[in-house]
Amino acid sequence: MIQFHNVTKRYPGGYEALTNVSLNLPAGEMAFLTGHSGAGKSTLLKIISLIEKPTRGQAILNQINLNTVSRKRIPYIRRNIGIIFQDHQLLFDRPVFDNVAMPLIIQGYAHPEIRKRTRAALDKVGLLHKEKSMPITLSGGEQQRVGIARAVVHKPMLLLADEPTGNLDPVLSREIMQIFVEFHQVGVSVLVASHDLNLIEELQKPVVTLNQGSVIHNDLERDDDR
Amino acid sequence: MTDNIHQYRPGAFKQLTAWLLHHFQSLVFSLGKIYRSPSSTLMTVAVIGITLTLPGGFYLFLKNIENISGDFRSTTQISLYLKLDTTLDQAHRLEQQLSANPDVADTLLITRSQALAEFKKHSGFGESIEQLADNPLPHTLIVQPRQNMETLNIKTLQSKLQSLPLVDIAKLDTEWLERLYTLLDMAKRAVIIISLLFSFAVLLIIGNTIRLDIQNRYQEIIVTKLIGATDAFIRRPFLYGGVWYGLFGGILSWLLVELSALVLSGPFARLNLLYQAEFKLMTFTLSDFMILIAASTLLGLAGSWLAVARHLNEIEPK
Repeated sequence: MIQFHNVTKRYPGGYEALTNVSLNLPAGEMAFLTGHSGAGKSTLLKIISLIEKPTRGQAILNQINLNTVSRKRIPYIRRNIGIIFQDHQLLFDRPVFDNVAMPLIIQGYAHPEIRKRTRAALDKVGLLHKEKSMPITLSGGEQQRVGIARAVVHKPMLLLADEPTGNLDPVLSREIMQIFVEFHQVGVSVLVASHDLNLIEELQKPVVTLNQGSVIHNDLERDDDR
Repeated sequence: MTDNIHQYRPGAFKQLTAWLLHHFQSLVFSLGKIYRSPSSTLMTVAVIGITLTLPGGFYLFLKNIENISGDFRSTTQISLYLKLDTTLDQAHRLEQQLSANPDVADTLLITRSQALAEFKKHSGFGESIEQLADNPLPHTLIVQPRQNMETLNIKTLQSKLQSLPLVDIAKLDTEWLERLYTLLDMAKRAVIIISLLFSFAVLLIIGNTIRLDIQNRYQEIIVTKLIGATDAFIRRPFLYGGVWYGLFGGILSWLLVELSALVLSGPFARLNLLYQAEFKLMTFTLSDFMILIAASTLLGLAGSWLAVARHLNEIEPK
């Protein structure tokens, strides 16, 4: 699903966020990305979601070379990814249902289909009864779950989560991680950046640890046969 | 390397319906946004409406002047002062002869004695004229050229009439009319310049409004880009926003011009009475209205396009 071959990312100004990172996340796998803040987790996720391009090395998403994607094709590739942000990035000017339905509207689904899928996604995160609420009236954990519903509503092949439990207490964090595990169980590839080491240990999934832009621990050794 | 992107693209028909659907959604959404923030929208629409009122009003003003002066043109006359030794008989015969000319619509003979009587009555020189041994005034034949005759043809007719043996002077009093037309021509160009300048102003107003709109929705743009919205998808609601501003601004300016015409119609009627004329106050015709609305709507689209092209690409997720 995701393959990095000696990826280096240097920002203008010379700061090197990633140095020679190689990893391989097979399709349907779930893994964690850990490291201190500033270790390069976010940069790695940004390269996968086509926000940044590698300075050197090759990043491949589902057999698409992310180094050479044209601006025009970026939206279509992003539609294969569900992104979950630490601060959930909900739009507060519209109700929960409209927030979750956005990816479907963008992709031009028909209305009955949008209704069906949106409600299914909300049901999955246990918030179907809140579909008409405004996001501002929800708790932090609920808002994050709406963010997850929005990320999965269009059934992406890959879920990326950047510190999804960063603002939540341990109980809520465990709930959120459990949702990711459930998606993994139905075949979605999941990559979660987190520094909640206790929780990660509990879930017993492969872990990639970054330190100052370099991989210091890697359960996802590059496997060129894939 | 196989390209796995295609399999996630919907079919052509589905894409088309989705495209149409989103156009409709953007249209409704941008209208809904206007409805939800009526005061700021009203301000923008008012500025556009008032800005467009000036060229629109000028245009209407010119149209009325042209209408009135066109009427003057049809009253152009050629006065033939016959030679003093012309007899009344000869004058009558000449009148008959001229009224048979297809270029002549009407003729009127003012005999020497009639002319003298008129002059005595109106000039105030009555007594001194009575001292004169002879009537100094000639027979006068007023020739009315046929309707809608070109100025050049009227001039040809004048010189033809001048060459008649009985005619002393054939006088065509059109100089003031030509001056008026030159002035009108200048005014027309002024209207074009004003229209261009004010259209540009409208373009900037709408562009700036849409720019602020884009800034206000920065967060939404970022999020929609991240979940796979194309540039066209993000652009659409803003473009429709500009179209609405232009459309409503155009309608407002039309209302303002019509209202101004209504205010002017009272004095205009009095003027008609004073000149014993029956001029109609011209307002916008349907085609004028359509042109105004189409132009303002296009300006709205162009203005928002400028803003969108400049500012939307700057917004990228970081």
